Amino acid sequence: MKLKFLVPLALFFVLVAFLAVGLQRDPREVPSPLINKAAPLFKVPQVQLADKTFSPVDMQGKVWMLNVFASWCVACKVEHPLLVQLQQSQIVPLVGLDYKDTRPAALKFLSQNGDPYDLAAFDGDGRVGIDYGVYGVPETFIIDKKGVIRHKQIGPITPEALEKTILPLLDKLKKET
Amino acid sequence: MIPELGHFALILAACVALLLSTLPLLGAHQGRREWLVLARPAAQAMFLLVSVSIAALAWSFYTNDFSVTYVAEHSNSVLPTMYRLAAVWGGHEGSLLLWLFMLAGWTFAVAQRSRTLDEAMVARVLGVLGLVSTGLMLFVLLTSNPFARLIPAVEEGRDLNPMLQDPGLVFHPPLLYMGYVGFSVAFAFAIAALLSGRLDAAWARWSRPWTTLAWIFLTLGIMLGSWWAYYTLGWGGWWFWDPVENASFMPWLIGTALLHSLAVTEKRGSFKSWTVLLAIGAFSLSLLGTFLVRSGVLTSVHAFATDPRRGVFILILLALVIGSSLALFAWRAPKVALGGAFGLFSRESLLLVGNVLLVVACASVLLGTLYPLIIDALGLGKISVGPPYFNAVFVPLMVPVVLLLGAVPLARWKTAEAREMASRLWGPAVVAVLAGGIVPWLMGGWTLLTGLGMLLAGWVASSTVLQVARRLKAGTPPISFWGMHLAHFGIAVFVIGVTLVGGYQEEKDVRMAPGDTSLVGGHMFKFMGVREVPGPNYTAARGEFQVSKDGRPGRTLFPEKRTYRSSTMPMTNAAIDPGITRDVYVSLGEPLEAGAWAVRVYYKPFVEWIWLGCLLMALGGVMAVADRRYRLRVKSSAAVAATGLRRATT
Repeated sequence: MKLKFLVPLALFFVLVAFLAVGLQRDPREVPSPLINKAAPLFKVPQVQLADKTFSPVDMQGKVWMLNVFASWCVACKVEHPLLVQLQQSQIVPLVGLDYKDTRPAALKFLSQNGDPYDLAAFDGDGRVGIDYGVYGVPETFIIDKKGVIRHKQIGPITPEALEKTILPLLDKLKKET
Repeated sequence: MIPELGHFALILAACVALLLSTLPLLGAHQGRREWLVLARPAAQAMFLLVSVSIAALAWSFYTNDFSVTYVAEHSNSVLPTMYRLAAVWGGHEGSLLLWLFMLAGWTFAVAQRSRTLDEAMVARVLGVLGLVSTGLMLFVLLTSNPFARLIPAVEEGRDLNPMLQDPGLVFHPPLLYMGYVGFSVAFAFAIAALLSGRLDAAWARWSRPWTTLAWIFLTLGIMLGSWWAYYTLGWGGWWFWDPVENASFMPWLIGTALLHSLAVTEKRGSFKSWTVLLAIGAFSLSLLGTFLVRSGVLTSVHAFATDPRRGVFILILLALVIGSSLALFAWRAPKVALGGAFGLFSRESLLLVGNVLLVVACASVLLGTLYPLIIDALGLGKISVGPPYFNAVFVPLMVPVVLLLGAVPLARWKTAEAREMASRLWGPAVVAVLAGGIVPWLMGGWTLLTGLGMLLAGWVASSTVLQVARRLKAGTPPISFWGMHLAHFGIAVFVIGVTLVGGYQEEKDVRMAPGDTSLVGGHMFKFMGVREVPGPNYTAARGEFQVSKDGRPGRTLFPEKRTYRSSTMPMTNAAIDPGITRDVYVSLGEPLEAGAWAVRVYYKPFVEWIWLGCLLMALGGVMAVADRRYRLRVKSSAAVAATGLRRATT
């Protein structure tokens, strides 16, 4: 058997190897450049208590989650029950970021669907969202004790993502000093 | 009941396919005539069963049977009947069933049209097609069953994606699949020839019309897809180098190389192993295209739902089919005898250069398409490859191909005389230089690219006309001669379209209030306002634009912004005034304050020539297939082979 006739077969196997690896990956998932960077700072009023403000500095020393939501966002309604459940289990402080919304609409949304947040920050004009690179709602950031973003969930949190990625990561981060 | 019948027919078809892929191949191998004669009836039964299956699915769509999951997801009771039927291939499961239907159809056609071929050869060809069918049928049955029930049934279906509600959906996928899947016949002939060790001129002669036929369908399918994107989807362009477009274009490039290589193998007996490799390659790329589209490994404008299980299944299928074919090739090809010798400068060598260039061009498209995946697989990050890469790599590779195309038909077999060719080609060369120098200047400005484009078009067109004129003096040429030159002339027309629309199109994004005018490409557009118009399953905001040129009124254009009832996704329907020398094109953007709209207006010179060129190429293919010489010769050579076999078996 002459070697040159094996070249097409060899090339094909290289191709198959790449395709097999490629299958395991999601081309739509764009990694956030913010991972392992300090969470951008901001100071905005809260949704429920308009006279109080919130800043990520308040959460220093805690592992916490920032969930970007909006009353106009349909996918947020999908993940909402899961957030309510998460809040009941008291695993992690959950802060909402009400993105490009009005306060009455957000309050109505929270009263109708349940309020899973320790508090919700109000980002009516979406300025904070720009700093966080939000391009679709909902998005969820996991931030560690030093104020560094460690994970970004794009789109609604699924039970699978919660179980496989988020909860183990929270456990790990809580053990860090 | 009817969906179950369809499902059952498909299961039976898979059983028949399994039978078709085993007994006839074994029979041909061991010389058992009673086994190999099963091939033809099995192929016929398989086609019948798959037809029943797809008809059952079509019936479920027609009767709005929303207890079938696939129907509920892709149809709606207010969907017009035409689209309800076309929705059969509007999603993943159904389009695979269409793929299978096409494959069974081609298999059936081979079974019907091969009565004159030697029985063992027919058995092998049909057996290979049966093997491919078995794999695809298992894929459909195990991972993508279109007949799965939805219990309890829903009252109303989710509706077909509004983007697909267009006559384009009715014709584009079936034609494209006909072409894609049609290469399976050339593939099966090649594998059968490798198995039997009979890679001869007769094999090439049998393969040629089938390959050409598949190539015609693929050409038309790609053309319709491009035309659809341009006309309906309001994308404004005619080709986007999207992974799914590339997936259909790569088999076309290899198929084109195969057509020419087969001609050499038939006439001169050369390039045998190269031709076999191309035949395997064309079909492999069709399968790869199916994988890329169906597995969701690449992001594409053709966003399909992804399911990793399906991806793994089809990758395994791909590895088995292509891997075993290439292994067979590596095993058998070294034993293939060399064909007729040819000189360093001859029609054979020039065709080989063109062939290699086409393959390299295809490889560059493949690399660009898979590059994001490769980089991601190596963990080097996420990137996307866009039109700049393809234009920078693909165009320079095609320039020598087009130059060759003008000259090679004049070259003689075995050894070509450079001086003789030059004496015939100086005329076209002068025309080419004049076309490249003058036409761009007339169109409004000479640039390197438009100059080059017009030079190539002038070269091919004049050389083709000259050759036809010369041949006519010697009497009436056969129809395949006309076919070849018509197809080559189509390339010239295509190049003109691409060059002029690329070089001289104008586009404007403007804010227009009722009564406003805008001037683009010498055409005046007057915006008359927007009205609400109801459609069968949508409501549309319909704009009215009066177009005039040099004060003379032209057509009134009505672009629409549609909102479909079942989904809130708005759809843009551009309005186009087509013309031989130019299209003008209006599409509505977003409504602004006080009755004003964001409007996009295009002027596209000679854009229709792109599709006209493709049509000419396809028509050339039809003429080549229609040549009677093939059928007669096939009959005579096959008759000899058949007597040979009969003598061997008795």
